Amino acid sequence: MMEADVLIIGAGLMGASAALHLSMRGYRCVVIDKASPGRHASGANAGGLRQLNRDPAEIPLAMESARMWHQIRDLVDSDCDARFPGQLRIAENAADMDKLEQRAALVRSLGYQHEEIIGKKELYQMVPALAPHCVGALVCRQDGFARPYHTLTAFRLKAESLGARFYADTEAYQMVQDGEGWQVRTSSGTFNSTFLINCAGAWAGKMAAMLGEPVPLQPKALMLMVTERLPHFVDPVMGAASRKLSFKQMQNGTLIIGGALVAKLDFEREKTDINWEQLMESADTVLHFFPQLKNVRIVRAWAGIEGFMPDNIPVISASGMNKNLYHAFGFSAHGFQLSPVIGRILSELIIDGRTPLPIEPFRIDRFNSAI
Amino acid sequence: MNNHYQMLVIGGGPAGLAAATIAANSGVSCALLDEQPAPGGQIYRAVEQAPELRAQLLGADYQRGKSLVENFRASRAVYFPNTSVWSVNEQREVGVNYQGDSRIITADHILIASGAMERPVPFTGWTLPGVMYAGSGQILFKSAGAIPEKGVVLAGSGPLLLLLAWQYMRAGVKIKAMLDMTPLGNRIMALPELPRALLAYQYLTKGMTLQRELKQAGVEIKNLVSDLRAEGDGQLERVCYRHRGREHTIETDLLMTHFGVIPHVWLTQAAGCRHLWNESQQCWHPQHDEWGATSIEGIFVAGDGAGIFGAKSAEYAGYLAGLQMSYAAGAVTRGERNQQAIVYRKAMKRDRHIRPFLESYFHIPREILAVQNNDTVVCRCEEITAGQIREAVANGHQDSNQVKYFTRCGMGPCQGRQCAQAVAHIVADAGGKSVSGQSCFRGRPPVTPLNLEQLAQMKRRQR
Repeated sequence: MMEADVLIIGAGLMGASAALHLSMRGYRCVVIDKASPGRHASGANAGGLRQLNRDPAEIPLAMESARMWHQIRDLVDSDCDARFPGQLRIAENAADMDKLEQRAALVRSLGYQHEEIIGKKELYQMVPALAPHCVGALVCRQDGFARPYHTLTAFRLKAESLGARFYADTEAYQMVQDGEGWQVRTSSGTFNSTFLINCAGAWAGKMAAMLGEPVPLQPKALMLMVTERLPHFVDPVMGAASRKLSFKQMQNGTLIIGGALVAKLDFEREKTDINWEQLMESADTVLHFFPQLKNVRIVRAWAGIEGFMPDNIPVISASGMNKNLYHAFGFSAHGFQLSPVIGRILSELIIDGRTPLPIEPFRIDRFNSAI
Repeated sequence: MNNHYQMLVIGGGPAGLAAATIAANSGVSCALLDEQPAPGGQIYRAVEQAPELRAQLLGADYQRGKSLVENFRASRAVYFPNTSVWSVNEQREVGVNYQGDSRIITADHILIASGAMERPVPFTGWTLPGVMYAGSGQILFKSAGAIPEKGVVLAGSGPLLLLLAWQYMRAGVKIKAMLDMTPLGNRIMALPELPRALLAYQYLTKGMTLQRELKQAGVEIKNLVSDLRAEGDGQLERVCYRHRGREHTIETDLLMTHFGVIPHVWLTQAAGCRHLWNESQQCWHPQHDEWGATSIEGIFVAGDGAGIFGAKSAEYAGYLAGLQMSYAAGAVTRGERNQQAIVYRKAMKRDRHIRPFLESYFHIPREILAVQNNDTVVCRCEEITAGQIREAVANGHQDSNQVKYFTRCGMGPCQGRQCAQAVAHIVADAGGKSVSGQSCFRGRPPVTPLNLEQLAQMKRRQR
């Protein structure tokens, strides 16, 4: 039987970040994963570091996480290939611009300054290669991107160096409260711990149900495609006000193209199938903004399985049912940027019993009346 | 091109041609998609157009393809040359690129007859210009009659090396050296398989004849060669190797290597078919039944893409798959299918007697496959070395796909075709595990080149 202070289910970004922050404060952590670290959404996402256009409830967390990202080397001894060229939401007409201005006004009214409107002139200074029809944008200049699997690896290696242990191919079959602590039966034997954290991503709904706390989590597979390498021609990460787009050029020159494109998913078999219809639309959108990319070759398309909540914001919460149980899941395809701060929040909840950040909107029991 | 066919065949080699011919003749609506400009596959490449002299130089086995292609041309199967397939999925939707136009078509049944590819084996200097596969050399000869003007060094282990040497010798190419890297132990390992191989004695006789004629022509064959290295400044200048305990160097600007062939599994992988590791053939192949049916309903395989058994077996397997697909389409009865299958099964069994012997004799040693020199580039697209792969394993990235995520090995334009095998061997070696338990890189479409405009234009056409 294996012992730990904290057992974390799911070796994705949230699990690895929790393990790191808890290990930094001397807690012995074990992270188990039914596959391998970062096998699904944590390894297969677009790597966006975005504060721009977030749900108001997430803004304080995203801002704190952004501060951590800008000094990520101090945390994990690696820069995770993070770059901060800003993120944009582009307006193509007056209606788009209206929409963006309303958003900027909302953010200002909440007391934040990170999202600002730029006009046509500055937009084309930032992205000279853009097709000429655009009229302006909403921008967050501190935003950027990093490499997801590298980030996960950096978090894992740092956590391991502080004593955390990761077990791959270890599926949780049963979690039983044992006095104040937990006994978890897995495919690699039984683990005993004082605390238990559910960071199981798309499978967190299944875990929550097994723990007697069902949530309306829906697994979906989001697609991305990557192109061949091109000479450097664009800095910021781009989205659009009224089209599905996520577009960036990586350090090595490849373009990562996505934007909430949903693949066909057979969740039980963990099988994803590319939805070409959506990729066609996505390619058309990209060429709309950058017609010069017509002959650029697509090297690879893939999909990662992620957990979505009905309100598109995550669950970050102590259990409403069981003592010493915590949840962090349902990031609805925008968790990458939040991962550093989520691990810290979990460590604070476990060790200090509270966190200075406002996490009330992310309570797990907020869906209770809906179930 | 229609939007739907009862049967789609991908690949115009012996397996695809046989399947399409037999199915079309039984009344199934059938289309064959071929990347090449004319039917024949790699083995019978350009067999319709090859001038008499070239066909003679290539030998009688090459000319066998002629009647196969004639029968296909005479059938009602529709032929689409220069057509690439960039995606296949479980729903039997096939992404096709035809005459510069991309589209997605569907079929009740799909035969993937993708054939074989050279087994990529990285060694020091293998990425230098001037180093190429023996198979590529043979393709140039078959399709364009092109031969090396200034001579060539041949190196590696496998029947194709011998065949190409013989074809080159007859065409008057200067063979500077033939470096056979087959280890001594293989001859002993292969001995128990010899009695069965004698049942397919014509292959053994052919091999011996080729060797004898090469020797008579004065070609220098060096056996038990090891430590092959290609050297040069931006271009191959010399080949270094070890023979009988001594180092040797040959000046050359052309080296052709061959380490056997492996199934071309990129389409079956993209489709999500289950694949198995074949220890004897040292490769992955799609799991399939006696008719070629894979783990996915309606998707079949035949020929070397299903496992390496050579051109004749590929043809027989193609007929069997074609019969089963005709039966599934209601074009022949179960009795007719079984009756017609007998002759092909018999011929196939006879033809395959040689395989266990060949597989043992030409078994590539683990130390060659699991690239020992850590400075050797394994992924040529992303320039990742064997040492970087071993380092990733040491950092806890325990399978090929994790190593790929971390190092970018296999993420370049070739999609890992040139390094997937080597990475699996190195990862297994570094982790002290068997390669049979390793996973291949997960299939990521598009399988063949597709650009943004080709993808976008499919959307615009729908509007």
